[in-house]
Amino acid sequence: MLKILHQIFRTGIVTEPLDPAEEAKVTLAGAGLEKAVRKRFRRSAAIRLVDAGSCNGCELEISATCNPVYDAERFGISFTASPRFADILLVTGPVSRNMEVPLRRTYDAMPSPKLVVAVGDCGYNGGVFGSSYASLGGVGSVLSVDAYIHGCPPTPSDILNGLLRVIEG
Amino acid sequence: MNGKLNDILKQLLERCAVSMDASVCGAAACEVPSGFFSDAGKILKAAGFRLAAEWASDETLFGRGFGVYAAYIEGRDHIVIKSLLPPDDPAFPTLTRHFPAAYRMERQIASLMGLKPDGHPDPRPWIRHEDWPEGVFPLRKSFDGTKPLGRVEGTYRWVSAEGEGVFEIPVGPVHAGIIEPGHFRFQAVGEDIINLEEKLGYVHKGIEKRFEALGWEEAARLAARVSGDSTVAHAIAFCMAVEAASGCVPPPRAGHLRAIMLERERITNHLGDIGAICNDIAFTFLHCQFATLRERVLRTNRKVFGHRLMMDGIALGGVAADLSDDAFVAIIDDLHVLSIEFERLVRIYEDNPSVEDRIYGAGVLEPDAAKALGVVGFTARASGQRLDARIENPFPPYDKFPPTVPALSSGDVHARAWVRVEEVRESSRLIRELIREMPEGSVRAGWSGPLSGLSGFSVVEGWRGEIIYWVQCAPGGGINRCMVRDPSTMNWVALEQAVKGNIVPDFPLCNKSFNQSYSGHDL
Ligand code: SF4
Repeated sequence: MLKILHQIFRTGIVTEPLDPAEEAKVTLAGAGLEKAVRKRFRRSAAIRLVDAGSCNGCELEISATCNPVYDAERFGISFTASPRFADILLVTGPVSRNMEVPLRRTYDAMPSPKLVVAVGDCGYNGGVFGSSYASLGGVGSVLSVDAYIHGCPPTPSDILNGLLRVIEG
Repeated sequence: MNGKLNDILKQLLERCAVSMDASVCGAAACEVPSGFFSDAGKILKAAGFRLAAEWASDETLFGRGFGVYAAYIEGRDHIVIKSLLPPDDPAFPTLTRHFPAAYRMERQIASLMGLKPDGHPDPRPWIRHEDWPEGVFPLRKSFDGTKPLGRVEGTYRWVSAEGEGVFEIPVGPVHAGIIEPGHFRFQAVGEDIINLEEKLGYVHKGIEKRFEALGWEEAARLAARVSGDSTVAHAIAFCMAVEAASGCVPPPRAGHLRAIMLERERITNHLGDIGAICNDIAFTFLHCQFATLRERVLRTNRKVFGHRLMMDGIALGGVAADLSDDAFVAIIDDLHVLSIEFERLVRIYEDNPSVEDRIYGAGVLEPDAAKALGVVGFTARASGQRLDARIENPFPPYDKFPPTVPALSSGDVHARAWVRVEEVRESSRLIRELIREMPEGSVRAGWSGPLSGLSGFSVVEGWRGEIIYWVQCAPGGGINRCMVRDPSTMNWVALEQAVKGNIVPDFPLCNKSFNQSYSGHDL
């Protein structure tokens, strides 16, 4: 126990202010939500993540947004296990044919109003995997997407900045 | 070629009418008539070989039918056995009788290439889901991979269990956390798992077919995205296979830089996963600490290699960019802090009785089972199998800088975590040594595509375990077939064995301690 306390004091607070992202890394698409609703998402947005076929690189960086250095929760952004509690559907990867149905079902299980955000170059247009018998390409081919966060994979600050822009308009 | 391999070849010659096949570079290869495909496996098994990969190739473009291939490894000996099959009604004798590892690989061959493994105990498809139309085999040349597949009605026949108090828990494909999708079905009595069946293939995005449509450089980018957490290892394995087939030898400095990236990838993943294991036993303090440490390594990666995961740092013929002396200093400084912090955290981990309570004896994979299933990587090393491609297939610079490979025999969550603790230490040592002994010179050799019909075989030890590539060059230059064997292909099935008798709430912990790739498996 002493060792733990010692380590806690030694570590201090490692959370850093968020690096502002360059504009080009996010594409806002779709109608988004009304301002009044977005205001409610501000400081409290629950996210359900669906990997629709990613290489898992995007997952690594999304997980990193929750580490103590980026601490997504300080912006009120949290990840939830149940789509029923979710405000935002975060989707990674090209949509694989075998994930199309589970992706649609997750979306349908979410209460309205809801936002869809695609993460990574694959989510934008299929990336290196393109469109094929097994890949339907970008997330836009299956759901109506409100924003794309570009990168392969986008860095944790890109992801957080992207999410904040979507929520705050 | 050494004496033992000669001996085996002699036996194969006497009993299986074998002929040497010079078209495969990077391993000894021979061709046997298809009727002897399984007999050859039996002889190799008796000689102590394990089945490392099994795959098929459509060789219509070479004016013949299909090829079915099996790669066997024993110590430093690697051997590929090939049989040719006719274009109509292609079938081959199953290897499952001798090697349980063939079980899913052959289902996959049947599902995606349409070759029939005669005598295979389970005709159900694998990767191919039940709603795929009948009779489409994506890996065949006659299949147009650019068109969408239709959807049909269909059901998957799950293994079922009956009896008083037995109930089923289906989980997935969408899981609770920030992880990849797959379906697990448990049969349980009370809290005890009596059986687990996995169904994967959800993130199948046609990677192997896609390779065939790409140029060499683009293909290297794709290999780097087969499994994002192993981007360096997969890229090296792909490049090594192509380089073997085209007779290209990367300069020594490139070898060192590749190994530095590979070891850094090992460190970051080990740090993340040891932390995640702590998270699954509700010890969030260590989870946060390990995640912070991992973040530190990723940031140094970005500074030094220009990318947090070092994606696309590996190139055909060597590496994409050289490092400056300042970069080496940054890496060494980073390792210095890392080692001190890491040891502090490990002491806390070791000292904590509640950690001990959860990880000892959980999710045991017995050494016998690990051996029988052909498990690889840290999972194998935690179950008494001292397998490591850096020793068995010592590609430069590991021939001169061999790692010390830890192995434990208890096969539980603790063993899998502890092997990785030891490996973080060893990788740090290796990186320091590689930098100290860094050769001068260029970092990329001139490179041209391999000759038509030649194929290259490579084995690389990524952080998760042994990765195998086999790349066959098409007539006219492109890729005819690129076979990818991620360690997860071998290890997923072991998880089913390891969770038996554990309680359902311990499943996430057991699963995390294996941490298999879905993408690398589903392709
Ligand atoms: S965008 Fe890049 S990192 Fe993300 S899933 Fe696609 S290939 Fe992987």
